[in-house]
Amino acid sequence: MAMKENGHKNGYRVIGTRPIRPDGVDKVTGRAVFGADLHLPGLLYGKVLRSPHAHARILSIDTSAAEALPGVKAVITAADLPQVADKVKSLGESVGNLRYMSENTLAREKALYHGHPIAAVAAENIHVAEEAVNLIEVEYEPLPVVLDGREAMQPGAPILIQGLRTDELGKLGSEPTNVAAHIQHKRGDVEAGFAEADVIIEREFRTETVHQGYIEPQNGVALWNDDGHIHIWCSTQGAFAVRSQISDLLRAPISQVTVTPLEIGGAFGGKINVYLEPLAALLSRKAGHRPVKMTMTRAEVLKASGPTSGSWIRVRMGAKKDGRITAAQAELVYEAGGFPGSPVGAGAGVILAPYRLDNLQIDGYDVLVNRPKASAYRAPGGTNAAYAAEAVADELAEALGMDPIDFRLINAVKEGDRRADGPMLPRIGYIETLQAIKNHPHYRQPLEGPHRGRGVAVGFWFNWGGKSSVSASVNEDGTVNLVEGSTDIGGSRASIAMQLAETLGIAAEDVHPQVVGTDLVGYNDVTGGSRTTYGTGYAVHALGVKLNEIMRELAADLWDVDVEEVRVEGGVFSAGDRSITFKELVAQGSDTPITASAATHPKDAGPAFAVHCVDVEVDPETGKVTILRYTAAQDVGTAIHPSYVEGQIQGAVAQGVGWGLNEEYIYDEEGHLLNASLLDYRMPTAPDLPMIDAVLVEEAPTPGHPFGVRGVGEVSIIPPPAALANAIHRATGVRMTALPMSPSRVMKAMIEH
Amino acid sequence: MSTKTIVHTTINGDPVEFLCEPRQSLLEVLRETLLLTGTKEGCNNGNCGACNVIMDGVLVNSCLVLGVEAEDATITTIEGLASPDGLHPLQQTFLEHAALQCGICTPGFLLSAKALLDRNPDPTETEVRYWLAGNLCRCTGYDKIVRAVLDAADRRDRVTR
Ligand code: FES
Ligand code: FES
Repeated sequence: MAMKENGHKNGYRVIGTRPIRPDGVDKVTGRAVFGADLHLPGLLYGKVLRSPHAHARILSIDTSAAEALPGVKAVITAADLPQVADKVKSLGESVGNLRYMSENTLAREKALYHGHPIAAVAAENIHVAEEAVNLIEVEYEPLPVVLDGREAMQPGAPILIQGLRTDELGKLGSEPTNVAAHIQHKRGDVEAGFAEADVIIEREFRTETVHQGYIEPQNGVALWNDDGHIHIWCSTQGAFAVRSQISDLLRAPISQVTVTPLEIGGAFGGKINVYLEPLAALLSRKAGHRPVKMTMTRAEVLKASGPTSGSWIRVRMGAKKDGRITAAQAELVYEAGGFPGSPVGAGAGVILAPYRLDNLQIDGYDVLVNRPKASAYRAPGGTNAAYAAEAVADELAEALGMDPIDFRLINAVKEGDRRADGPMLPRIGYIETLQAIKNHPHYRQPLEGPHRGRGVAVGFWFNWGGKSSVSASVNEDGTVNLVEGSTDIGGSRASIAMQLAETLGIAAEDVHPQVVGTDLVGYNDVTGGSRTTYGTGYAVHALGVKLNEIMRELAADLWDVDVEEVRVEGGVFSAGDRSITFKELVAQGSDTPITASAATHPKDAGPAFAVHCVDVEVDPETGKVTILRYTAAQDVGTAIHPSYVEGQIQGAVAQGVGWGLNEEYIYDEEGHLLNASLLDYRMPTAPDLPMIDAVLVEEAPTPGHPFGVRGVGEVSIIPPPAALANAIHRATGVRMTALPMSPSRVMKAMIEH
Repeated sequence: MSTKTIVHTTINGDPVEFLCEPRQSLLEVLRETLLLTGTKEGCNNGNCGACNVIMDGVLVNSCLVLGVEAEDATITTIEGLASPDGLHPLQQTFLEHAALQCGICTPGFLLSAKALLDRNPDPTETEVRYWLAGNLCRCTGYDKIVRAVLDAADRRDRVTR
């Protein structure tokens, strides 16, 4: 862990220090109120009935026995949900069609995956609600199931949505299909490029469906009041995203919807889409306007909230003897689940992004299968894409007899290069991040011992700026109350408050941040896309500048000078030989309360790069992979609170390791999910991991951001599976081309080798 | 409808009586009946440790204990970890080491770690990791949690010596 204190670098006083987070005490004492913790008078409890079939026509639903059970207050089916038309809806990290979102909330004619919601009940307590759900009688006509993306593309495959037509590079096809979209990026002449190459490597890869795995299940409380106003309390990445979904799905004016975000127990992209909230609202109205609380069980979370896509990927890369890549080609098939919207677009943007390429072609397919609808998961679509490309890059470097870091340095993108998906790269710190690993004691020290190997891999992620609104009021004692709308999932109250404190020249502890709901602050995009410390930080800087302007006027009044004469620097206001601190100036009193607000929408969040190095030992008897050492370097721009930046990197690595080594959805042939528990869906535990050395590369502050912040939340989930695969290859001689690289798979590969 | 039983317990030092149905878990009673919502639910089947409490000196998954089984039991939940003098050393080191991100796993980790330090005041890193194997954290990668527990052990060591 890099414990270096860089607080005074660049003259910053607050940025780069490690204060205790403002919401910390509430979270270590059990006082913080998370979504499922809310209790309201008259609260009812809701429960969802889910499809036992992965693909079935719904012939009839009889709710009469459930309704007759004492304690049951309301039962709903899709008939209670308004019909909505096709409409494209952007939720920040994902784009969806409103009609499909509605059908994913409650199935209308067909169930498209095991766990698809069919009906819901509200009752006096959760046990009665569960009993009532079991009394609902549904008649299904089971249909043939397709679970694999490439099989779903074949002619004759069972069709999930009859009306779906392929969006073929912008033109709609004419036949029913499971392929929702084909996208393509192309540059130069790939075949000519491959003709120039001295070595060409081509491989195919398969990765499984994996889940975000947040520890707090989905939850929500809704009150549909007698006056038509809907109030939702839930844990979400974005209260405004919930408001707009509720408004659209229930056809309620946005002014009639209030969303209050409660504390959130992890999300990683999975808590942007609503699942329970619209049901709880409908139940509340039907139950006589009583509040209804709904929470998912863990099995429901795994079966029916959005995991991320399983995929099939082919990569072909060619290079000259000197290491320069002459051409690269990739084909990606992503399983969207029951409705369109896999992250294949992002995967296509990530897959070759770290390499300067004159000749490239990338084809991506978004394909429906009878699995839950995919939603965003940390750097959506990036990890599986990079797994394929980085394994091929590693093999290419090996074939050329080059060090894998040197191979990447020769081909590294830098400022001014164009990404495959179009945009020009601004100043980035990728090369510096490669150097950080190359010069790290970990990489310089040779790895010794049998069955051991070292792997490296790199990752790129886009990052996002987004819209933020904030406001502040200055208290009589010179402290500042900050109101923000960005859900705090991993310490962002601290990183936002620190940027305001830096702008005002006061202590971090003197800024008191509060996250509020949709009625109390201007619009905010979701906490996602690694945007909050960047984008909401950008907003509080603008806010601080406004407050400083007000304070300059106060100083000018005090000293009876022209406001232009008052300068401000680091919280000290001065004119001529007079000076006064922010706090002293507040203490002088102000005739008018000191408040300000700001709203911003920065467009140029700089992309992020990560370079990881891992040492493993593979048990030759069992195929189990043990991680001996892990170092993750990341281009972080400027680390506001270094501990939480390290935490983002360490947490992302752990998720990437789980994806790489153990996690997968296991279905039977009829599409039933067989491992819907946290025992059988195997996420990393403390003994599975070593300490994770997070190296913060701060050589390239992001241009355009007042403090050079670069989003840090996502990119480090991208390299781990590839780095592990490359390490396993060095340890065993085997190239693993399927995730997860679980003991049984590694063992099988070693035996076949 | 099942009938309810009256259960007598001591929770965080106070005598507490509650009524519960045989099918209700201790976790449900704590959260829904007693409104002690600091104890979290992540899985409700013993796989995540978010619901951990200390019952008669033993660390338990409260989702796997029935409410009626708590008759005469002495229970410590997260709400009882700090004292009037201040935070428990583990709470303090979790804050200083940034050992929580979202914080949903934190109450469970704190009680597990307390149970560890109560029986093994000077654990090694490996002992900490294996003791905490029943607590899942999806945010931190465990690095800072393990450091916070080791640091709390060090500090307690210094105080007692
Ligand atoms: S909720 Fe009890 S172990 Fe997960
Ligand atoms: S801090 Fe989020 S699960 Fe541990």
